[in-house]
Amino acid sequence: MQRYIVKRLLTTLPLLVGITLLTFLIMQITPGNPMQTMIDPRISTADLARAQENMGLNDPMIVQYFRWLGEIVSGNLGYTIKTGQSVAQMILDRLPATLLLTVTAFVFSFVVGVPLGVYSATRKYTKRDYGLTVFSFIGISVPSFFFGVALIYLFAVKLNWFPTSGLATINLQGSGWDILVDKAKHLVLPALVMALPNLAVIMRFTRSSMIEVLTNDYIRTAKAKGLSERAVKYRHALRNAIIPVITLFGLSIPTLFGGAYITETIFNWPGMGSLGIQSITSREYPVIMGLNLFTSLLVLFGNLIADILYAVADPKIRLSK
Amino acid sequence: MDQVLEVRGLKTYFYTESGVAKSVDGVDFALGRGRTLGIVGESGSGKSVTSLSVMRLVEESVGRIVGGEIRFEGESLLDKSEKEMRAIRGNRISMIFQEPMTSLNPVFTIGMQIGEVLKLHQGMSSAEAARKCVELLKLVGIPLPEQRVREYPHQLSGGMRQRVMIAMALACNPALLIADEPTTALDVTIQAQILELMKELKERLGTAIMLITHDLGVVAEVADEVMVLYAGKVVEHGAVEDIFRSPMHPYTRGLLASIPDIDAEVETLETIEGLVPSVYDMPPGCRFAPRCKHAMERCLRSQPALVETAGHKTRCFLYGDASEEEAG
Repeated sequence: MQRYIVKRLLTTLPLLVGITLLTFLIMQITPGNPMQTMIDPRISTADLARAQENMGLNDPMIVQYFRWLGEIVSGNLGYTIKTGQSVAQMILDRLPATLLLTVTAFVFSFVVGVPLGVYSATRKYTKRDYGLTVFSFIGISVPSFFFGVALIYLFAVKLNWFPTSGLATINLQGSGWDILVDKAKHLVLPALVMALPNLAVIMRFTRSSMIEVLTNDYIRTAKAKGLSERAVKYRHALRNAIIPVITLFGLSIPTLFGGAYITETIFNWPGMGSLGIQSITSREYPVIMGLNLFTSLLVLFGNLIADILYAVADPKIRLSK
Repeated sequence: MDQVLEVRGLKTYFYTESGVAKSVDGVDFALGRGRTLGIVGESGSGKSVTSLSVMRLVEESVGRIVGGEIRFEGESLLDKSEKEMRAIRGNRISMIFQEPMTSLNPVFTIGMQIGEVLKLHQGMSSAEAARKCVELLKLVGIPLPEQRVREYPHQLSGGMRQRVMIAMALACNPALLIADEPTTALDVTIQAQILELMKELKERLGTAIMLITHDLGVVAEVADEVMVLYAGKVVEHGAVEDIFRSPMHPYTRGLLASIPDIDAEVETLETIEGLVPSVYDMPPGCRFAPRCKHAMERCLRSQPALVETAGHKTRCFLYGDASEEEAG
């Protein structure tokens, strides 16, 4: 098991280097630079050129790349061009809000999606199964920008149950409990928007995986042992059916962050997604690169987690050398 | 005689889109304590469905036990609730299956899978179950049992897995063991070992065995009695010596004739011409009539009843006093 993890970690390293290279090159070939969006148009081209020179933007590409790598290793990920803030610090500032949103959505989609998938599978081809199928197709097909706005219209504007946007009510006075409730209320709609498509996919995956597993001989063995329906389904079948669902778990780690771009913008959520959108509009390349690198790391990390979970779930993988 | 299992007029039908499949259509038999009954028949003869009916494990969405009676240790199994059945399954009646490669759950250790039965039916603690597991593996002849309990099914060979299945089935000292083609998927040498093991355990533990197979060699090896099924009906039933020495029903005779004789030099093997009739479209008379060399006009019209002569039952009009079965 340990050897397996170490091996997996080592294969991740070259990928990581490749990602930094790609991120850097993409930014290099993108037209435009931050100077153009911040400098007073009356400034002379000579001054502009000097400013560019001072910032090192005229150095050879290879020098710039290694300078950036140095920044990554030092943990700062570079500095923003406009304000000189550390990119890493900016990401860290925004990370808690995003994590609050994504982890909530993530947990919700698995906690609800897996049991619904099992339910659907054990009642396959019944009306309830068809109902859940329709629900999951809606969940997969409705884009988050539409679903988000629809939820805001219905639950925030019409029914006034939840706030329309933001992380919390500004200057809220009250006990710690009130503040917690206020935060939770702000969280419900965006988390729902993020969770729905994920939940639908997890449900479909679990359903088809369960249906297949339930036809296996060892399920009959489990029944012949006298185990209860519940033990057969959740202990014997789900343990096997969950293995392909684990892939989804790994894959959705970065997907949830990517999805956060739209959802965070709709709900004005001060997380990484809205930071990304702001950086793109103001051509803050160091921030975009930093975010890109961070998301790529999440992809690698997600795959690693999925592989480790595979090994935990499937003894055939765990025990192979 | 002290009967463990009595099955009377069992009918298990499957309701499918193509019609009603009468997989088991009026099967009777009884099995005494410590006895072995071999149930023989081709694929589709209803032997596996008979065993699943006794376990009440017929897939409810498609199949149903529509008639008859199953009495186990004097109690009617068909009147039991699902919960009561669960207390019997794996405990008083247990079952081993044809495919040892796929009958064990790949993600759990051998110890967990056997221990589960012990914890469920005997209320053992994990530590007690673990100890008993090692004992059971030793009983079924698995070397290094202390190590094997921690292993997963994929680390064991087919023969070893079938031994594990037997250990699991015997964990609670069942009164009845149903073995559905336990040796079919195994090599011949392993087959012999598994049969030897079953015989030995039967003698030691006094378990009655319902042995389902299409292999007459296996029956000759371990069974006391043989029941031959054809298209959902019993065509012949008797002591193993009687059936092998003087088979009566043309189907049984055909089956015995199709076993190759090691001493005889033959060009082609004996076969029974034709196929088992479709379960959706049974012949109106004797179900074997369309394939029978001795079929008479009467056989095509009406069904013979199962008639007993000196403990040897046959369903055939060739035997003088065979009467017709009431339509059902």
